[in-house]
Amino acid sequence: MTIGLVHYLVVAAILFTMGVLGIFLNRKNLIVILMAIELILLAVNINLVAFSAFLHDLVGQVFAMVVLTVAAGEAAIGLAILVIYFRGRGTIAVDDVNRMKG
Amino acid sequence: MTYAANIAMTLPELVLALGAIALMLVSAWGGDKSTRAVSIASVFVLVGAAIALVGPASSGGYAFDGLYRADAFGAFAKVLIYIASAVAIVMAPSFFARSHGDDLRPEYPVLILLSACGMGIMVSASDMLTLYVGLELQSLAAYVLASFMRRDGRSAEAGLKYFVLGALASGILLYGISLVYGFSGTTLFSGIADAYAGTKSLGLLLGLVFVFAGLAFKISAVPFHMWTPDVYEGAPTPVTAFFASAPKVAALAMAVRVAVDAMGPATDQWRQIVIFAALASIILGAVAAIGQTNIKRLLAYSSINNVGFALIGLAAGTPEGVSGVLMYLTIYVAMTLGSFLVVVQMRGDDGQPVETIDSLAGMSRTKPALAAALAIFMFSLAGIPPLFGFYAKFAVFSAAVDAGLFPLAVVGIAASVIGAYYYLRVVKTMYFDDPAPAFAPMESKVEGGLIAVAAVFVSPAGYLLIPVLGAWTMAAARALF
Repeated sequence: MTIGLVHYLVVAAILFTMGVLGIFLNRKNLIVILMAIELILLAVNINLVAFSAFLHDLVGQVFAMVVLTVAAGEAAIGLAILVIYFRGRGTIAVDDVNRMKG
Repeated sequence: MTYAANIAMTLPELVLALGAIALMLVSAWGGDKSTRAVSIASVFVLVGAAIALVGPASSGGYAFDGLYRADAFGAFAKVLIYIASAVAIVMAPSFFARSHGDDLRPEYPVLILLSACGMGIMVSASDMLTLYVGLELQSLAAYVLASFMRRDGRSAEAGLKYFVLGALASGILLYGISLVYGFSGTTLFSGIADAYAGTKSLGLLLGLVFVFAGLAFKISAVPFHMWTPDVYEGAPTPVTAFFASAPKVAALAMAVRVAVDAMGPATDQWRQIVIFAALASIILGAVAAIGQTNIKRLLAYSSINNVGFALIGLAAGTPEGVSGVLMYLTIYVAMTLGSFLVVVQMRGDDGQPVETIDSLAGMSRTKPALAAALAIFMFSLAGIPPLFGFYAKFAVFSAAVDAGLFPLAVVGIAASVIGAYYYLRVVKTMYFDDPAPAFAPMESKVEGGLIAVAAVFVSPAGYLLIPVLGAWTMAAARALF
């Protein structure tokens, strides 16, 4: 069996779905949410690189590089916010992020 | 195209980026002492960026091989963005000075500058790559701004929620972009439009849905609005004022450009999404605001409601509709910034900010001028003639009717009556309830002046500006078609 474009797209779609579910179903830990976000971005990268190879077009790979770079910045800022949140609250459980409701 | 011509077209973003870097160095060496100087300098950087819009930056066309487009549409949105950013910088010092939590730091104006730079890239992007980079620059600066009061639990929580849901939105948008790229073979808006003009494959349509879902997150349209009330309540008030104005203008302008420029041939497909988002936002924004007791939460639902009205103009999909969106945004920015400037004045005798609507009771007797200004903003947000907010709604509704979207216009107008209830409740609290303890006196003359300017702009006097504004918004809208 040869591995074609569809296989890559299916893997990316599964990873993307897992990432989204990871954000909404996870009730334990905020770090897991950060990992789920990374999973979503990596799913997108698989898509971009697969399309790039399939189309013989370099733009997709350049895009994937940009996404990787931005993801690094995003993770840094996310962790920084997480640290100040933990300092104030002493917990990073998702169920405790509820000071504002309505 | 020479390099110099490309630079000339992107001059406003270059001014902002270099200004932000230079001021970041100043604040790194100067420490907290430099806050005032950096704030003043950053307002001048914004003025400089606005001046740089004159010339090729507002009319030059495509730059950097089609990655960036300098046109009247982008220039109009950028003027609004720069004004809103400058107001957010101006209103910060007195807010932070009197609250007991964290002091204002020089990073605040620098982050606003970086965010404004990202927003400029967003509204001028004519390629998915540029769009993504601009969007992330805007968002990453905004996440930090939301959690700026580090020792305040609510501010940190607001930043956390904004970050998680904003990153999810970026992810959804990116997934859509990757599908659009794969099935159209390019990330250029012009190439994507060519692909949508042909047979619309399932992949292209799926990409369109994901892209619009991501955009709806960024403009906080229902059903992707759930982060808005929490973030608006938790973030420091000047930051909330910023979120409610500048990024909203930028995200809506970007959505309009993507819809018209990149996906114009698929108008019939995205119109269904936009109509649903518009109606859902108007109705939910109106109904959910009724029970609110916190003025910042109320204004958050008000912004959701207003985004719905602006989307009606986009649903029309005509130059008149786009011009209506820009007109709506202009008036909305004045109303929202004015309201938040009044909210910043709400603080008790000890200087701490007060946010409950009940504390506004009887303000017409303790602070008649401030109460009158807030009443004007509330009546205008409700769209009651003769205030200028009425004309904003009129512009988008007339575009929708001209495009044959009668049911949309009828439901929208009916729902705006529900919305009027909670705006008028604020006015009733101020004018007819027994006075609550008076707020501390206003310290900043600049803020008073800004409130007065915004109040005059949304008062019936604003109608004098319609010929000028109408010509500008129409010229800006024509640049897209």
